[in-house]
Amino acid sequence: MTEVLIAVCIVAGIGLIAGIILSAASVALSVPVDPKQELIRDCLPGANCGACGYSGCDGYASALARGIAEQGLCTPGGNETAQKIAEILGTDAASVRQVTAAVKCNGSCEHTDSIFVYQGAKTCATANQLFSGGGKCSFSCIGLGDCAAVCTEDAINISDGIASVDRIKCKGCGKCVTACPKGIIELVGINSAFVSCSSKDKGAITRKNCTAGCIGCMMCVKACEFGAVSVENNLAHINSSICTGCGKCVEACKMNCISILVPCS
Amino acid sequence: MRMFIGILICSILTENFVLAKFLGICPFLGVSKKLNTAAGMSIAVTFVMVLATAVTYPLFAYLLVPNGLDYLQTLVFILVIAALVQLVEIILKKFIPPLYEALGIYLPLITTNCAVLGVTILNFTKEYTYAQSIVNSLGSGLGFMLAMILFAGVRERLDSCDCPKFLKGLPITLIAAAIVSLSFTGFSGLADRFF
Repeated sequence: MTEVLIAVCIVAGIGLIAGIILSAASVALSVPVDPKQELIRDCLPGANCGACGYSGCDGYASALARGIAEQGLCTPGGNETAQKIAEILGTDAASVRQVTAAVKCNGSCEHTDSIFVYQGAKTCATANQLFSGGGKCSFSCIGLGDCAAVCTEDAINISDGIASVDRIKCKGCGKCVTACPKGIIELVGINSAFVSCSSKDKGAITRKNCTAGCIGCMMCVKACEFGAVSVENNLAHINSSICTGCGKCVEACKMNCISILVPCS
Repeated sequence: MRMFIGILICSILTENFVLAKFLGICPFLGVSKKLNTAAGMSIAVTFVMVLATAVTYPLFAYLLVPNGLDYLQTLVFILVIAALVQLVEIILKKFIPPLYEALGIYLPLITTNCAVLGVTILNFTKEYTYAQSIVNSLGSGLGFMLAMILFAGVRERLDSCDCPKFLKGLPITLIAAAIVSLSFTGFSGLADRFF
């Protein structure tokens, strides 16, 4: 009987001492958490997507509370969240530009072709190492879905050989932008015009490779009244912060590779 | 000194915790996907292993053994290690925030890691002295780190190879782990011969 008692006493004693030390330590060594941080954390969507560049919503909330982070970085939360955060911090709300991912390639099976049949590992990163993935156009989407694999919102589908983004599901976190080995995915403002081609080849070569590529003809530049379009390296680019979405360039483009990014797909 | 080097080599190579004793397989498979997370986890494990040994050794030798309570070893060790890790977490958060953030989630994860418990118990099975136990724990932690970092490299290569569909994911990872483990048996007898 005494043996059992000793055993119980010793284990219970160790537990008690550990408990007392821990609770004393948690009081004595407590790190004060800014009450603002918890309030901000409650406003954030809690998706932990990392679009803000911090390690999850907790990281962004703590950075905001300490005043070292820019406001309005939370794209999934949008303007509503930015407004609430600004109220907590007592500053003017920074507006969040609504963005969506867009694939700068039109090279579906009907527009372009491949030069060989690729049979390696089914990832774009590996395929890209072998003659840029085997498409006729070396800037084209490989279509093996590295972007779809990293998407947490299930917003990217591979259809007809190229990736397409579901703009209702896309939260604009930009994970696919870094995942694409070709670098042909871009975050574009909603309701802006957008050139869905990445080919920096000369116009004649682009035309030979693909029936829907940008040939750098400058028609869109002339059509734009706001100076939002520029052509560089035989490729048109539209600055979505200037673009009003009037659609003049869409009409002007002979290759049909400019479209307006309406919020639904 | 010679003996300490022997213990160190032995615990890192010939009796590697993961690849020869098969302890701590959960973090070995769970956090070895990327090199930096693997390194973070193994640093945390090494740190806790040494600390746990330093505390549990006197507790066992001077409290449990004199009272004839050897059989409570596992229970008491788990209790002490769990409390210790919590305490270390609180202290790190207060005084060394960068280290706390670097270890991050891995520190609380290893409170009940079998590799940490294993090293504290094995120190007594092998009848090591206090200093020898500390060296053995350090070596075991470094061995864990070696296995984790080696395997993180293997897994990064596995991602870009075209393996049959039915082997994708965990199956091919386990096969690769078996091969790495097999190669470590080549070190057996190394410590006995030289030290």
